[in-house]
Amino acid sequence: MSLDVASIREDFPVLHRMINDKPLVYLDSANTSQKPQVVIDALSNFMSNGYAPINRSAYQLAAEATDLFEGTRTALAKFINAPKAHEVIFTKNATEALNLVILSWGRANMKVGDTVLLTHMEHHANIVPWHMLVAERGIQLRWIPLTSDGQLDLSNLDSLLQGVKAFSFTAMSNVLGTINPVQQLCAAAHKAGAIAIVDACQSVPHQPTDVQAWDADFVTFSSHKMCGPSGVGVLWGREVLLEALPPFLGGGNMIADVRLDGFTTADLPAKFEAGTPAIAEVIALGSAVKYLENLGMANIRRHEIEMSTYVLNSLTDRFGDDITIHGPTNPELRGATFSFAFRGIHPHDLSQVLDQSNVCVRAGHHCAKPLMRILGANATARASFYLYNTQQEADMLADALDSASDIF
Amino acid sequence: MAGLEDLYREIILDHYRTPRNRGELDAPAVSAEGHNPLCGDEIRIFVDVRDGIVTDVRFNGSGCSISQSSASMMTSAIKGKPVDQVKAIVKKFKSMMTVDEDESPVDESLNLGDLEALQGVVKFPVRIKCATLGWNTLLDALTTAGQ
Repeated sequence: MSLDVASIREDFPVLHRMINDKPLVYLDSANTSQKPQVVIDALSNFMSNGYAPINRSAYQLAAEATDLFEGTRTALAKFINAPKAHEVIFTKNATEALNLVILSWGRANMKVGDTVLLTHMEHHANIVPWHMLVAERGIQLRWIPLTSDGQLDLSNLDSLLQGVKAFSFTAMSNVLGTINPVQQLCAAAHKAGAIAIVDACQSVPHQPTDVQAWDADFVTFSSHKMCGPSGVGVLWGREVLLEALPPFLGGGNMIADVRLDGFTTADLPAKFEAGTPAIAEVIALGSAVKYLENLGMANIRRHEIEMSTYVLNSLTDRFGDDITIHGPTNPELRGATFSFAFRGIHPHDLSQVLDQSNVCVRAGHHCAKPLMRILGANATARASFYLYNTQQEADMLADALDSASDIF
Repeated sequence: MAGLEDLYREIILDHYRTPRNRGELDAPAVSAEGHNPLCGDEIRIFVDVRDGIVTDVRFNGSGCSISQSSASMMTSAIKGKPVDQVKAIVKKFKSMMTVDEDESPVDESLNLGDLEALQGVVKFPVRIKCATLGWNTLLDALTTAGQ
C-alpha cells in the first residue's frame, strides 16, 4: 500500500508553518525528523497529567508512569523483533548507545593487538570510541573500503575479517544513503568468530527492522530520527551478551546493592540505565513507534524508493553534469538521503541560498570526516527525504538550486 | 528578514573568486591551522614577522565564500603593518562580528575599509564563525611567531 502523504502531512504541525510567507521544505530528516501531533500530545499529556518518577515509588501516579515507560520498551522490542523486552536499553542518544557497547565490550574483551573491522562510511560515533580504545588498549583498526558508487567493497571481506574480534558497521550511510547488506555482514562476522555491532540510526526510521533476521549482536539507533523526541537513544543486545557486559555508567537505578567496599549490578535492563532517564521522551517515543507501525514500515520504505527514483531522475535530467550525487544510483540499494556537489558552489553557501526558499538541507561533513576525505570534499550539501516529503518538494529543491547560480 | 544581498556583497564575491595572497610562505615564516568543526572548513595562515612588522602573509585551505573572502580581505588589510596595528585591526573586526571577548577598548578610529562589507554577516549568526576563522587562525600564527 502506498503512503497517503497528503494525510501524513496533516499529522505534522510544523510542516504547515510559513516562514516569510513561504512554505517550509524540510529536507533534513537524516539529521533529525519532525514530530507528528500524536507524539507532541503524548509528551504534553504526560507532562500535564501523568508526570512522576519511574521504578522507585509506590504511589499510583508513579506506577502509571512506570507502566507507560516500560510500554515503550515492549513496543520497541516488537518493532525491531527483539526476543525479549529487557534486551532494549534506553540511553541518552545513539552516540551514547554506541559508546556503551564499544567501550564496555571493548574493555572487557579486547587487549593489545586485537583487531576491529570498521568501514569507510562510518559516522564519528562509530569511529571515535574505537580510537579511544586504540589509545587505552592498543587495539588495531581495519577498514572496509568503498566502491566508486559508494557501496562497501566486500571483495576481500573474508580476509579482512581474519582474526577480527568485532565488526562494527552502519546499516545505512548518513552521507551516501547506501543500505548495507546487514544480514550478510553479520553472518560473515560470526563465521570469522567476531561479534557484529550495527549502527542502525539511519535505517530503523526508514525500513522494517528485524534484529533476529539480521542475526546481529548489538544494534543502536535513536528516537529523534524516527519521529520521537530527542534525548533518547536505544541499544538492543543479545541477552547473553548484555548479561556478560560490564556496566557503563554507575549510579542510581543500575545497582542491586551498594556497600562501602563495592556494588552489585541490577538485572537487565536497569543495569545499563543509571540515573533518571528521559521519562517523558521515552513515553512519547512509544507513540512514535505506534504511529510508524500504523503506517507500516514496508510502506514507508516503498515511498522512499519512489522518492529516490524521482529525486535521482529529476535532478540528473535537469542539471546533468552540474550536479554530482554521491552514493548508489539504484534506488533499491539506497535510502532517500542525497549528498551532492552542485556547480562548484560551496555547500555552506548553497544551503544559505536554499534557505531563502525555506529549503532546509544540511551542509557540512555530516560527522563522517574520513568519508569526506575519501570523497575529496571537506563538506557536502545533503538533502534527506522522509515519509512526509513529496515530489513537489524535490522540485522546489531543484528550483532553489537553480537560483544559487544567480549569485555564484 | 535579512536578504542575501546583505551577505554576498560584490566585494566579498570578488575576493572569493579572485583571492589575494593565496599560497604559502617558507621558513622563517610560521603558520597556524584553523578548523570550523561545524562545516569542515580548513584554513592555514602563514605570517612572516620581521622587526615587529608583518612583512608578508598568505593563506590556503578550503571553505565557503565567507571564510575565504574574509581571509583574503584580512591579508590585504594587514600586510606590511606593525604587529600592534594588526592586532588592533583584528580586535576591531571581531568587535564588528560581535565576538570580541576581551575587555580592552576597540580603536574606533581604525578604518576597516573593504572589510566593512562583511558587516552583513552579523545578520546571519551561523556564518560569523566562517568570517572569523581566518582571523582567529592569524592570532594563533602570530603567537607561534612569538608575537
